[in-house]
Amino acid sequence: MLKNYLKLSLKILGRRKFFTFVSLFGIGFTLLVLTLSAAMLDHIFAPYAPETRADRTLTVFSVRLQSADSWSTGPAGYGLYDRYMRDLPGVERMTISSMPATVVSYWKGARIEALLRRTDADYFRILDFNFLEGAPYGQADVDESRFVAVINETTRRKYFGASPALGQMIEADGQSFKVVGVVPDVPIFRLLSMGDIYVPVTTAKSDDYKNKIRGGFIGLFLLKDKGLADSVRQEFKARLTKVELPQQFNKIYAVPESFFGSFARMFINDFEADEPGDRLMAIFLTIAALFMILPAVNLVNLNVSRALERSSEIGVRRAFGASARDLLLQFLFENVIISVVGGILALMAAGAVLAVLNRSDLIPYAHFALNLRIVAWGFLFALTFGVISGVWPAWRLSRLKPINALAGGSR
Amino acid sequence: MSVPMIRLENVEKVYRTDRIETVALSGVNLDIEEGEFVSIMGPSGCGKSTLLHLIGLLDAPSKGTISLNGAAVTDASDKALAHLRNQQIGFVFQSFHLIPDLSVLDNVEIPLLYRKVGAAERRKAAEAALERVGLSARMHHFPSQLSGGQQQRVAIARAIVGRPRVLLADEPTGNLDSQMGDDIMSILQDLNTKEKTTLVMVTHDPRQAEKTVRTIRMFDGRRVN
Repeated sequence: MLKNYLKLSLKILGRRKFFTFVSLFGIGFTLLVLTLSAAMLDHIFAPYAPETRADRTLTVFSVRLQSADSWSTGPAGYGLYDRYMRDLPGVERMTISSMPATVVSYWKGARIEALLRRTDADYFRILDFNFLEGAPYGQADVDESRFVAVINETTRRKYFGASPALGQMIEADGQSFKVVGVVPDVPIFRLLSMGDIYVPVTTAKSDDYKNKIRGGFIGLFLLKDKGLADSVRQEFKARLTKVELPQQFNKIYAVPESFFGSFARMFINDFEADEPGDRLMAIFLTIAALFMILPAVNLVNLNVSRALERSSEIGVRRAFGASARDLLLQFLFENVIISVVGGILALMAAGAVLAVLNRSDLIPYAHFALNLRIVAWGFLFALTFGVISGVWPAWRLSRLKPINALAGGSR
Repeated sequence: MSVPMIRLENVEKVYRTDRIETVALSGVNLDIEEGEFVSIMGPSGCGKSTLLHLIGLLDAPSKGTISLNGAAVTDASDKALAHLRNQQIGFVFQSFHLIPDLSVLDNVEIPLLYRKVGAAERRKAAEAALERVGLSARMHHFPSQLSGGQQQRVAIARAIVGRPRVLLADEPTGNLDSQMGDDIMSILQDLNTKEKTTLVMVTHDPRQAEKTVRTIRMFDGRRVN
C-alpha cells in the first residue's frame, strides 16, 4: 500500500510541475531556515572539542543577587567559586576562568585585537584542547603568576606568521606573555572555551577579583560521574547559604547545570525554575512551529485547491473500498513525501550556505557542519511540516462523499 | 424462498438545499436475485443513476432500507460500507474514472489495495482481469494512451479484479460508438452467464437493454413497470 502511495506521490509531483515547484520552494525555504537555525544551535551547544566532557560537566553562567527591592544578575565572581565551592563532593575537578575580554595590542606597527581569557591550570584539564604546539601552563605557573600564554591558531598567525611561536613573547592588555602552547581556534559562540589568548588568572593587574562574589568569571565543574549532578547541585545550593553577600543584598541564586541549561536560565531569567533547558527548548520549538505555520497554511490552500482535480480519484478509491481513514492516510503520506523532498533540498542548500558562512569572516572561527544530529532535526522538521500542512486538506478530501467526489471528477 | 441479492424497500432519496427540496427517488421497492442481469431505463433525471448509487452504497437513502444478501446496510458505518463495496461490489462508470497518473495495471489493482493481498498476488490478479477483457498487451500503458473502448475495458477489469458478486454499470456504453458498445456488452454478458455475476446496468440504449434479462423502467423518481 505504502509503495503504491509513494509511486503515486512521485508521479503527481512530476506531473504537476508548477504546483510542485511552488510547494517545494515554500517548504524548502522554510526548512532551510529551520535547518540553519538547528545548525547554529548545534554549533553553540553540542559537545564539540574542547567541550568533549560536556555530559559530566556543570557550569554556572550567571548568578543573581537579590535585595528587598532590587537585584543584580550576571557572571559570578572568582571569590564565589574559590572561597565557597572548592572540593564539592562528587566533583573531580573545578576550574574558574574569566569571561573573555577584548584586548588591543600593537605588534610590529600593527593593531591586533584579541579575546583574552584568564584561567587557572585546571581549565586545560577539564576542557579537552588539542594542543597543536607546546603544552598548557600548569599549577606552578598559576601559583607563581608566571606570564605565560596559550594562544589560538589565528593569534599565532597574526603575531608570528610562519615563524616559530613557542618561547616567543606577545603583548596583550599591556602585559607581555611568553607563548607556551598553541591550540585550534574555538568558535566564537562557545562561551566556555573560546578565546584568542589564555593566561594564568594570577597575572591579573590587581587582586581585587579574588574576593568578588559577582563579576566576570565562569565556574566549570567536572563530575566524577554524570549521575552525581543532582547531589552536586544540592551541595552547591547549601553552600550558597554560607556566602557572605555584598551589603545591600540578602540572597544569592545560582545553579550549576549543563551549558544549555545554564544559558537557558540566563535567557529566561528565572533562578528558581527546575528545568530551564526544557523551557528554552520548548520556546525554540514553538518558534519553529510558528515559523512553519504561514507556509503550511499556504500549502494547505494549494492542497485544498487540488481537491476538485483529484475528486474523481477520491470517488474511485471510495467506490472500490477505501475508507475515509485510508484516504486520510494516503493524502497525509503524499504531503509528507513532498515535505521530505523539500527537506532533502533544504539540507543540500543548508550545506552550501554553511560552507559559504565558514569561508566568510562573518562569524569568527565558525566551522558549521551538517552532522547526523542536524540531518535528523531536518527530517523531523520536514515530517512535522508535512503533517501540519497535510492533516487538514487530507481530512477534508477524505470526508468527501463518494458520490460527490465522482460527480466532481474532471473526467 | 431464497433471499434476493439486492433488496430495496420503500426507498426514498431527497436532495435538500437551503431553498429547494428535490425528490430524486420515491417509494422504490426492488428485488434483484443473485445472477440476474438487470437494466434500468428511463429519461434523463428520472433517478436511474441515483438508484444505482444507492444500490452501490455510494450514497445513503433518505428513507427506506437497502439490504445486500439479506443484511440491511442502510445504517452501516463508513468503514463497514467501504468493506462491503470492496468485497461485494464492482463499478463501471460511463466516464471510466481511471486515474490518469497510474498505469493500466496499477489502475486495475486499486480494489485489491484495500484488501490484505500481497503485491505479487495483486499483480497476478490484475493481469488475469486484463486478460479477461483482452487488454494484456496494454497493461503498462497509461489511460491517456488508450481509446475510449479500451479505457472502458480497463474499467471493467478493475471492477472484476476482486471477483465481486455484484457489478454495477452506469451507462457503460454511453461514451462509446456502437461497435465498442457491443464489445463491452458482450464482456458483461459473458461475466453474467459464465461467472454468475449479478449485473445491474443503467442505460439509455434500448438495444443494449434488450440484451439483459429484465428491464426496470423509472419515471420521475418512481418505478413504472
